[in-house]
Amino acid sequence: MTKTSTNLAARLESLIGASHVAAGPSVCADYAVDAVLHSAVAKPASAEEVAAIVRFAALEKLAIVPCGNRTKLRIGMPPSRYDLALDMTGLSQIAHYDPGDLTLSVDAGFPIAKLNALLFEHKQFLPLLVPWYSRSTIGGTIASGIDSPLRQFYGTARDFLLGAEFVDGAGKLCKSGGRVVKNVTGYDLHKLLIGSLGTLAVVTRLNLRTFPAPPASRGFVASFPTQEGALTLRSAIAASPLSPLTLDILSPGLAHVFATRTPATPEVAVFSDENRGAHQFSLPPVGDWFRPREWQLCAAFDGTPEVLERYARDLTRLAEQARATSTAILDDSTRPSVWGRLRESLSMLLEASPATVIFKLSVLPAQHAALFAKLQEIAERAGLTHGLVARAGGTLYFALLPATADDDTIGRLAQAAIQIFECASSVKGHAMLLFAPLSLKHAFYVPDASSGQHLNIWGPRRPDFALMHRLKSAFDPHNILAPSRLIEIPISSPATP
Amino acid sequence: MISGLVRDFERLLGSSSVLYQPEDLLLYEYDGSVEKGRPDVVVFPTTTEHVSRIVQLAAQHDLPVVGRGAGTGLSGGALARTGGVMMVFARMNRILEVDAENHRAIVQPGVVNHDLTLAAEPHGLYFAPDPSSWKSCTIGGNVAENAGGPHTLAYGVTANHVAALELVLPSGEIVRIGSKHGDAPGYDLTGLIVGSEGTLALVTEITVKLSRKPEAVKTLLAIFDAVDDAADTVVDITARAITPAACEMLDGWTLRAVEDYIHAGFPMDSAAVLLIEVEGLTESVTAQASAVTEVCNVHRAREVRVARDSAERELLWKGRKNAFGALGRLAPSNYVLDGVIPRSKLPQALRRIQQIGQQYGFRIGNIFHAGDGNLHPIVLYDPRDAAQFERALEASAEIIRYCVEIGGALTGEHGVGMEKSELMPLLFSDADFDLMRRVHDVFNPDSSLNPGKIFPLSKGCGEIRVRKPPAHAASTK
Repeated sequence: MTKTSTNLAARLESLIGASHVAAGPSVCADYAVDAVLHSAVAKPASAEEVAAIVRFAALEKLAIVPCGNRTKLRIGMPPSRYDLALDMTGLSQIAHYDPGDLTLSVDAGFPIAKLNALLFEHKQFLPLLVPWYSRSTIGGTIASGIDSPLRQFYGTARDFLLGAEFVDGAGKLCKSGGRVVKNVTGYDLHKLLIGSLGTLAVVTRLNLRTFPAPPASRGFVASFPTQEGALTLRSAIAASPLSPLTLDILSPGLAHVFATRTPATPEVAVFSDENRGAHQFSLPPVGDWFRPREWQLCAAFDGTPEVLERYARDLTRLAEQARATSTAILDDSTRPSVWGRLRESLSMLLEASPATVIFKLSVLPAQHAALFAKLQEIAERAGLTHGLVARAGGTLYFALLPATADDDTIGRLAQAAIQIFECASSVKGHAMLLFAPLSLKHAFYVPDASSGQHLNIWGPRRPDFALMHRLKSAFDPHNILAPSRLIEIPISSPATP
Repeated sequence: MISGLVRDFERLLGSSSVLYQPEDLLLYEYDGSVEKGRPDVVVFPTTTEHVSRIVQLAAQHDLPVVGRGAGTGLSGGALARTGGVMMVFARMNRILEVDAENHRAIVQPGVVNHDLTLAAEPHGLYFAPDPSSWKSCTIGGNVAENAGGPHTLAYGVTANHVAALELVLPSGEIVRIGSKHGDAPGYDLTGLIVGSEGTLALVTEITVKLSRKPEAVKTLLAIFDAVDDAADTVVDITARAITPAACEMLDGWTLRAVEDYIHAGFPMDSAAVLLIEVEGLTESVTAQASAVTEVCNVHRAREVRVARDSAERELLWKGRKNAFGALGRLAPSNYVLDGVIPRSKLPQALRRIQQIGQQYGFRIGNIFHAGDGNLHPIVLYDPRDAAQFERALEASAEIIRYCVEIGGALTGEHGVGMEKSELMPLLFSDADFDLMRRVHDVFNPDSSLNPGKIFPLSKGCGEIRVRKPPAHAASTK
């Protein structure tokens, strides 16, 4: 332990007590962000303690990275400075739950799987079936902006986050929104926190709308020899009166990962009617109805027996019209095998290669046909295995899965990345590197000829970048909250604040 | 000073697009609220470049700018509280694109809400937010206020249906935020701007999400002999996880006024009705309708009627959406409140509102979005009686305070505007205001856009300020 870190740890202990502070190489390695190390870990137990720590950090100009269970700290740029990890898992109370109003107020460190288990006792749930589900906290889920296949029906967090309490960069405890389902009182500052990676404020509590859990649900899988068949079926569903809970297209590459692997994180029951009694279990293998060399369309739907029957009938008919090679309706015993994997797509892809790169592309759904073809072409030209999952709303994840992580591979990945960014821009969409090995994040940092600016993992600069930058300063005037993770300072000229 | 500015505006827009004579300005000193504020000059831009140039010219003359759509707002949001330039978007009313394949439309801010739904209809699509004023209010106004409406219960408010915006900042700079696909990384500025009541930027173009029309719709009218039974029904529907597309309550007193005016077929002798709509697949609608009927019957509904056809359905909705107009027949003016409470507390809230009414000597009616706990108590008063107007304001403030006390909020869909700025400290601390102010200043550092809104002017503790009664006030929403 260095003198600085001992000193920092000692001063933190006087703020929040010795049992809530840790320092030393091993514990700090656990909290490293993109290999950037820090000096101490603070684990506050209340919002007031969070505020005290941030005030202390603001005074001392110490950089803080807030985190939950650290499953998604790889998202974003490496922090330009990092002194203190703020482990929020000590804030784990449910402050308020009114099942009759379907509203919830929960501390940021509360585990999401445990939360859903509690809500399910009231036949309710949060439609956030996110990757690393059995380990994620609600705060990390919101701050990382990660999405869930259920967004097809329920939307994303911005559609059901009702309010938040958080500590700004000056160490003041603030709030916005409220706890009621409809509210226009004051600015919706909490919406800015979604996907902000802890760069604006440290979220201490979230107010969310809960939803009735599906009374009964089924899965549907249709396989196609080409992407066209899957896309035709998806368009037919979009034009029909059906409104499935999830609607995703999986490429053969991803189907192969699904068929050959199970997620490394233990599986937990999402709804109690699946795997009754078993709290943790491994996902059953996908059945022979799932065809790893083909394109698959996966959907989930819920309702009364009559509604389930209608979905099964209509989906099967539409799939046949789109020339599916096989279709399957999945019940409670078989559905988790695909649902669980679909939810864990990103975590499974990351485990599938030593240097997985996952792009998040946002385009209009009508652009998918052109985009799928181009993406595969880029990957194949670079000699890289790949996998793709496309949400019906337009967002898609494309993974490159190299066999090794050597310099040559990183070079090819960087080339491919630039082509993928161009490809997204050519269809008026946006691409970013959601997950990438650190060496690629560095290698990829290239000048963008068209704008004269540097291109980084976030993709082409948004036209409102200046406003984002000013908002960051309004929330965090001393630039101590996760500096550079989202609003970048060039990596090549590291961080002199 | 103004005459120079007027000449500049006339050169930019033409003389038919600039109003400055006192008799012309009178029309623009009101909106749908009980507030008042007269602009010095009113302009009608037709392009984004006009908007940008107007804010620059106004800045040169040190005058604030206030955006306005159709003026149907109910919180004084579109009033020139401190005078200045009022920018009316009525002539920026083109639908620029309907992209049926991707369920998107791009519109100028002056497009009337219902007109977009009409344009989307041939594609089997519609724009989901449907405030009662949907046949006159503009989408720009909906964006400013984050407007709701009866069907937001199932489909969400305006913010849930906006993907991207074009803004003009007070400096005249034109900025695009969000994206048509709606999912770019970084801070959700669109989510911040929607509902910011024109205090951060002027919105000059809106990309909205369109929704697909359901296969089947059933509209039920449940008739009750006691308000408590109707309220308990709403609580129970929510608790049983039934999500109707809409769940509106009208109490008997307002119902009779509506029926006299609209002849929608509402029963004249009931204590309250619920207007409940279920939508979706035919199979699901049948199941939901019987589940709703069962709950109503458990809570002693006298009768549950199902609209036989679309004509009957539209008549019921016409009754609901024109209800506030109908009340104009009962008193010279009415004050429509907007509070929101946890839905589980609906019965006690309705009882408390009646008590407050009795205490202050007003009949208070209720026509509101029961399904999402969004109350609209209506206080009938005579604005010519200054003392009575003051009492109406006091009763209203007490109702809103009660909403906050039981875990609710100041406003569910009408906005803070001028009406509730002084009540904001009931919910927000100095630290909250400080941060909101810093965010405000990121966009609008000199408060040259819509000044005097949202933020409390005084440092009081939720005391409603003393206002002069307006000469007359009429609510249209």
